[in-house]
Amino acid sequence: MLKKKRGREDAEIPMSSLADIAFLLLIFFLVVTTIDVDTGIGLILPPIPDENTEPPPVKERNLLNILVNAQGMVLIDEEPASLNIVKDRIKEFVDNNGADPDLSESPDDAIVSIKTTRQTPYNVYIDMLDEVMGAYAELRNQVAMERFGVPFDSFEDNSVEQEEIQELYPKKISIAEPDEG
Amino acid sequence: MAHFEKKQAKTSQAVPTSAMPDVVFMLLIFFMVTTVLREVELQVQVDYASAENIEKIEQKRLVSYVYIGPERLGGNQVGETAVQIDDALVDEMGAIRNIMYDKLVEQPRLIVSLRVDNESEFGVVTDVQQELRHAGTLRINYSTRREI
Repeated sequence: MLKKKRGREDAEIPMSSLADIAFLLLIFFLVVTTIDVDTGIGLILPPIPDENTEPPPVKERNLLNILVNAQGMVLIDEEPASLNIVKDRIKEFVDNNGADPDLSESPDDAIVSIKTTRQTPYNVYIDMLDEVMGAYAELRNQVAMERFGVPFDSFEDNSVEQEEIQELYPKKISIAEPDEG
Repeated sequence: MAHFEKKQAKTSQAVPTSAMPDVVFMLLIFFMVTTVLREVELQVQVDYASAENIEKIEQKRLVSYVYIGPERLGGNQVGETAVQIDDALVDEMGAIRNIMYDKLVEQPRLIVSLRVDNESEFGVVTDVQQELRHAGTLRINYSTRREI
């Protein structure tokens, strides 16, 4: 009889303080958490070229040279330009498809080369890269709207549609090593 | 009228709290999963550049950060441009290659996020990029804020 009673008493663990403990932990993690999603401009660097192999030849017309100096002045294919027309020039160049003999043969062949000096401030370079990325984003969006009727962002990662458009407009951006001085 | 009042008085006024631990635990687990405990102590000053065409990096575990900016000295002063990886400043550019190679072996899908100060000269960034190319860590990301 006595045994039975004792067994009944011990059957429950006090749960009332569980919420307190959980709250304490919750507050700790709330305080230490920093939810900052890392945003930025992604880029794939080219691997170090093999010393024995020659770099593949690139036709002059398939290369768009952009030079940026330390003052933020821009030179596109030897012509002075301002930053806000860069995007249009790139779109024209990439989406030429062989029409103009001075511009690229196809988007697949087009290479945009950015060259800066060592003294160029980082934000000038980022502005430039941003314009290039913007040009490609607009081209991809355009073709996505034409073919699928939805913007490029709406495709899921690694989906067939996304890969198809990425293949159509591959981002071929070359970051040239700056000259000394 | 009296009958109506009596009926109302019968209903319990207390909010049921038995489900509270469950809710709290759910939140707790969410924050535990999203927390990255070890944040590095910055020894260089980094003021991000801003850009419009940016993308998010969802897999934070893959990212390794390289900080480039003027070195922080005592009393609000800044010195020469320096490179910081993890908790230490990098004295010699050539060392980056080994550090990054080790990281790449540990995490083959490594993304190197370059957190560079706005005002830094691009020359230093190029040097770091050259080292990254030698190390084989080719996926990089320039950390920027969204331009408003």
